[in-house]
Amino acid sequence: MHIMEGYLDPMWCVVWFVVMAPFFIFGVIKLRKILAEHPEQKMVVALSGAFIFLLSSLKLPSVTGSCSHPTGTGIAVVFYGVGVCAVLSTIVLLFQALLLAHGGFTTLGANCVSMGIIGPLIGLIFWKILRGANAPVFVSMFVAAFFADLMTYVVTAFQMSLNLMTSVGADFMDALVEMLSIYAVTQIPLAIVEGIVLGMFAHYLATSRADIFEIADNNKLNPFSTEA
Amino acid sequence: MANDKMIYILGFAVVAIMVVGILVFVPGDFGGSDDSGGEAAEEAGYVPWLTDWIDAVYGELPGEIESLLFALQAGIGAVIIGYFIGANSARKKATGSAMPQ
Repeated sequence: MHIMEGYLDPMWCVVWFVVMAPFFIFGVIKLRKILAEHPEQKMVVALSGAFIFLLSSLKLPSVTGSCSHPTGTGIAVVFYGVGVCAVLSTIVLLFQALLLAHGGFTTLGANCVSMGIIGPLIGLIFWKILRGANAPVFVSMFVAAFFADLMTYVVTAFQMSLNLMTSVGADFMDALVEMLSIYAVTQIPLAIVEGIVLGMFAHYLATSRADIFEIADNNKLNPFSTEA
Repeated sequence: MANDKMIYILGFAVVAIMVVGILVFVPGDFGGSDDSGGEAAEEAGYVPWLTDWIDAVYGELPGEIESLLFALQAGIGAVIIGYFIGANSARKKATGSAMPQ
C-alpha cells in the first residue's frame, strides 16, 4: 500500500499529513502514558510493533499474479487503539522510507493514514462488535486483522484516485476501479493469511496470558481517548 | 491443549497451502502491487515530481540488497516476538501457571 515518493501532488501530501497529525499526537500522548503508568506493558507494546515490522516486510504472492505485503496492525490496534497504532506504523514506514526507499517521506502522511489509522480503525470496530457478541478470540482477531489489512489498501486506492483526478483530470470512478483492482483484489488472499497468523497469535495470548486481554477489553474505540 | 495445537497446525498449513498454491497455479511475474499502482498512475498521465532519496543519491538499490534490508526488518520483528514467547514460557515454568505477575 506504499505510495512511492513523488506519486502524490504536494497538496495531497499536506492534506494527508494534516489528517494524520491529530491521531499521531494523541497516540504519542497515550503511548507515553502507557509506558509511564504501566511499565509492565512495555513488552506487549514492543510485541505489537514487532508484528507490524515482521508482517509488513513479507511480500507474498497473490491471485492477481503480483506480490503485496500484509500490514500486521491488528494486534497494535486491538490492544492500544488507533493512535498508538498510527505511531507504531509511522516508525515502520520511516524505517522503510529511510533504508529501503520503499514508500517515501512526502507520502508518509498518506501511507500512515491508510495503514496506521483508517484500516486499523475499521478492524477495531469489527473486533469490538465480535467480542461484544462473545465470538472466540481467534475469530474476532481474524476478522479484525482481515479488515485492517484490506481497508488499508482500499484507502490507498482512494488516495491515488483522488490525486489522479486533481492532477491529470482523470475520472475519479474509473481511476478508483483501476486502483482497487490493483491494490484491493491483490490484497484479499493476503488479508486472509494475515487474519490467520494474527488470529493464531491472539489465541496463544488469550490462552497463555489472559491478563493481557484486559488491556484489549479496556481499550477504547475513540482514537482521541488517552486513557491508558 | 491438544485443541490449541490443532489450531496452530491447521493455521500454518492453510497459510502454506495458500501461498504455494497461488505461486503454482496463478500465472504472473509476481512484481509488487506498490509498483503497479505507481505504473498505473503514470499510464494515466501522471508524472512523478520527486524520486526517492536512494535513487537520487545512489541509484537503484540492487535487488539483493533490497531483500537483505527486508530480511533485516523481518528479523527485528521476529526476534521481539520470539523473545516474548520464550519469556512467557519460562515464566510459565517458573510459576507453574500462566497467572499475571
